[in-house]
Amino acid sequence: MPSSPSPAGATRNPFTQVETAAVGVSVEHLSKNFGSLQVLKDVTFSVEPGEIFVLMGPSGSGKSVLLKHIVGLELPTSGRVTVDGKDASSEATREQVRMALVFQSGALFNSLSVYDNLALYPREHQITDEAGIREKVMHALKILSLDGVDQKSPSDLSGGMKKRVAIARALVMEPQLMLYDEPTSELDPVTSATISEIIATLKQEYHVTTIVVSHDRELALNISDRVGILMDGALISLGPPSDLKAPTDPHIAEFLYPKIDLQHPRFKNLETTP
Amino acid sequence: MKQLNNILEGFGSTWLLLVRSLSYTATLPRQFGRFVEQCYLIGYTTLPIVAILSFFIGSVLALQAGRSMQDFGTQQFIGSLVGLSMARELGPVMVAILLAGRVGSAIAAELASMKVYQEVDALETMNIPPARMLVLPRLAAVLVMMPVLTIIGDLVGWFGGAIVAKYTKIISIEPESYFAVLRHYTHFNDVINGLMKAELFGFVVVLVCCNIGLNTRGGPREIGASVTRAVVVSLILILVLDYFVTQVLT
Ligand SMILES: Nc1ncnc2c1ncn2[C@@H]1O[C@H](COP(=O)(O)OP(=O)(O)O)[C@@H](O)[C@H]1O
Ligand SMILES: [Mg+2]
Repeated sequence: MPSSPSPAGATRNPFTQVETAAVGVSVEHLSKNFGSLQVLKDVTFSVEPGEIFVLMGPSGSGKSVLLKHIVGLELPTSGRVTVDGKDASSEATREQVRMALVFQSGALFNSLSVYDNLALYPREHQITDEAGIREKVMHALKILSLDGVDQKSPSDLSGGMKKRVAIARALVMEPQLMLYDEPTSELDPVTSATISEIIATLKQEYHVTTIVVSHDRELALNISDRVGILMDGALISLGPPSDLKAPTDPHIAEFLYPKIDLQHPRFKNLETTP
Repeated sequence: MKQLNNILEGFGSTWLLLVRSLSYTATLPRQFGRFVEQCYLIGYTTLPIVAILSFFIGSVLALQAGRSMQDFGTQQFIGSLVGLSMARELGPVMVAILLAGRVGSAIAAELASMKVYQEVDALETMNIPPARMLVLPRLAAVLVMMPVLTIIGDLVGWFGGAIVAKYTKIISIEPESYFAVLRHYTHFNDVINGLMKAELFGFVVVLVCCNIGLNTRGGPREIGASVTRAVVVSLILILVLDYFVTQVLT
């Protein structure tokens, strides 16, 4: 791995070390309805080139839906999302900007081996010959300490390994923009810390613009440049991670530092009187 | 009203999928591996059952026809009846129905599960159109395999008829005369006619099952619902299309 970080504003290709301009993302007054359910409410923020932006929020607050808008899998009901200044919903943008989304479930292709999962993108886009692809795939597996799993089937991997394979598959795309959907959920604290380190390292080494959706407070505090908090589809806070240490808003405080209070009204229903 | 809406929507999305898939036809040579894999899958899953069913359909045809033809003393024409029915109608329709049950359901299940587990979304973010990678090789494979399966079905059915004709007491026709009559009355055109039907049915079944699989929404429960829908819609389409195509082709 190269040791010196890229200068700001440039993405370093993990394979060729060639530097290209990093891309920014801008979300403007984005609203999304599914039928009568309003999932996103007038969300506005932007992510600077080369930044790690962490989006936090409780389950069901619309984080995954927001990510899908950035990669163009969902269309806004109103408002606009642009990536590198281009409309995220147009197919042309996907051809011009390499975006990689690491799905919460990993979304690995179950019928393909780990190797073929990673090799699919360069093969389909005819990026190099098989030898070149092999080199890329093996290099990506090595970066994520996945040596020796290349011939395994995704269904034989543990949760943490699946996430790492999904990240490796994204890395092979040589992305200018990396998006992670809850990369540390369902993982034990040690594996979570490893994944956080990987995300931070990839960003430092290659200067890829990174958006991480998570409700992992440690991840946000440790690796983010800025943090946004989404609740019920609205962005209620946006600022540096230091803001998270002593939140003033009671809702945010409750979300970030939940207390188990046995006297809380929500426990009253559970009480049984003999 | 909602039902009609769903039917129209299904029709529209199927057309769209067809147009999309065909627009990638030029990529077929480099997807040769996938195409061969699909051919193998279609052949491997349907051939044994096509052979067994055609044999018995041919036999039953000969048996039933033998009974009634014997009343008129015309049982020597059994070969023409079995030959024509198998080639023009029963062969293609039966192969298509088996294709829907075995291959169509498998396609719907596989694509629905890829959709539900976000593999299809992953393909899209990788800028790999599902129509190109998942649908096109299957459409190409079914076009190649349907005639093969139908011809095998026809031959086995004719053969089944011949055996019944020989060993059923009231019929007792030697294979030589059975096949002589069959050949005299069943023309090359009749076989081609049946193959054209088979191509159409097979293509429609695969296209519809792909579309239903790819349009699955919701959780794992919906995979089962999609498979059922794919098979039911396929069967209805086979029989409805058969009526119209038979009218046009006669
Ligand atoms: N395709 C969809 N159709 C209907 N409702 C959806 C769809 N996708 C998400 N939702 C709803 O949007 C809300 C937010 O979902 P999501 O973004 O997945 O939450 P999270 O913040 O946990 O990632 C949920 O109430 C979910 O049920
Ligand atoms: Mg989510």
